[in-house]
Amino acid sequence: MPGRIVTTELLSCSYREGRVLEDISVQVERGDYVGIVGPNGSGKSTLIKALLGLVAISSGSAKLFGTPLADFREWHKIGYLPQSLHLVNPVFPSTVHETVGLGLLSTKRFPKRLNLSDHETINKTLEELGILDLEHKLIGELSGGQLQRVLLARAIVNNPELLVLDEPTAALDPETRDRFYTMIADINRSRGVTVLLVTHDSGAIGEHASKMLYLDKKVLFYGSFDQFCCSPEMSSLFGEHSQHLMCHRH
Amino acid sequence: MNLLEILSYGFIQRALLAGVLIALLCSVLGVFLVLRRLSLIGDGLAHVTFGSTAIALALKMYSAMSLLVSMPIVLLASLGILKLTEKGRLSGDAAIGLVSALGISAGVILASVGGGYNVDLLSYLFGNILAIRSEEVVIAALLCVGVMLLVTLYYHELFAISFSDELAQVSGIRTSYINAILVLLTALSVVLAMKLVGIMLISALLIAPAASALQLARGFKVCILLAALQGCSSVIIGIIISIMANLPASATIVMVNLLFFAAACITRRILYPKNCN
Repeated sequence: MPGRIVTTELLSCSYREGRVLEDISVQVERGDYVGIVGPNGSGKSTLIKALLGLVAISSGSAKLFGTPLADFREWHKIGYLPQSLHLVNPVFPSTVHETVGLGLLSTKRFPKRLNLSDHETINKTLEELGILDLEHKLIGELSGGQLQRVLLARAIVNNPELLVLDEPTAALDPETRDRFYTMIADINRSRGVTVLLVTHDSGAIGEHASKMLYLDKKVLFYGSFDQFCCSPEMSSLFGEHSQHLMCHRH
Repeated sequence: MNLLEILSYGFIQRALLAGVLIALLCSVLGVFLVLRRLSLIGDGLAHVTFGSTAIALALKMYSAMSLLVSMPIVLLASLGILKLTEKGRLSGDAAIGLVSALGISAGVILASVGGGYNVDLLSYLFGNILAIRSEEVVIAALLCVGVMLLVTLYYHELFAISFSDELAQVSGIRTSYINAILVLLTALSVVLAMKLVGIMLISALLIAPAASALQLARGFKVCILLAALQGCSSVIIGIIISIMANLPASATIVMVNLLFFAAACITRRILYPKNCN
């Protein structure tokens, strides 16, 4: 089903230190897998937080599923996976099952209650990601890779149409990281879920993403990966080595 | 005096009933506050309660009547802490510190000007659960039902914001609204708890049951149940020990809570040795 999932027009964001994003205009179509890359402080995380309403937009506009962000209420269409190490309090007493269940709250009206079929959905999602055996573990007892999969399960348990991931593999070893990216690519392909992925891992972008957004406060490049690989601007942005690595893997 | 004899006194029955209700409120809310790193909000609001009680005494409003003055002031102060945190670019502890200082200084100034009611005011510092009146028990019961009903209705939202504000927001939960509910319920509980353990020891009643439950709980609901169990049993045990050993009830309740916490830490070391490093 075609459709525009994300639209921004001249979107800018500012912190006290000054502008972090300037005049960002991008469109993300249904089924796209967009890799968002750029140097540290280039505004990658700020962009996705602005799109999710977590950071104020100072000028310009953003739409999700065709609805202006201020009026957007269909949060059940979105799954969000932040950098997990920032997020999780190691003494938080919830089990994996309870934590994944939080992802279903966006589908519920007041008073929010999980029913039997919700618990079955949670177990099905855990099984799909190969972590059903962790169901009764506390989240503080998990390894980095396990925790990341649990938070991914939380993000997809509501069957979202848009999955937003902010440097999800920052704390993972290379093997776990590769498995994680393969999992995201599967979700994108098999469920048709649109993916926005912020990462420093240019290799993963090259292997899995269909589009690339290169940010450095402004959009320096946005288009398909093939366009990017043929673009003469690429080597000046990434350097020849990275250029070779990314386009070769793609 | 034996146990049955102790329990036959009306004032002890009232103390036990009110104490259990207040401890139930404090320990359940305490789990959310500790996990949201707002543990000291109880302390801050207790200091505001001190200031507001000084105003009530100046207006010659005593016992249950003083709640009519304290409650609106403490409710406003709790929202003030939230606004300072959200809009004032202050961390939660700094906002609590500011509001706390305002409350205690207002109380001290009023106590100094009023002179004659200093002794009454001092009784609020350390609480006097054994002097609790029937109408205060009724107020505690009504508030307990109301607060527990709201906690039940908003359980998943409170759970979600305790886990992560950011994720809760992206799940469509109005986090500022749920935060406001949490601090308002805490404010109500603190005003009630003042009579039980006094202003100086309220934070122990909010923090200790949650801290103990966090050592042992395997699940969020279990954590809340364990905290509630400790809160209620510490009040019952504390009051009985205080009468039998002729000790101050408030401090005894707090000491029982701290013993529970020590026991929970030891039990955790025995049951889950891998998680203790």
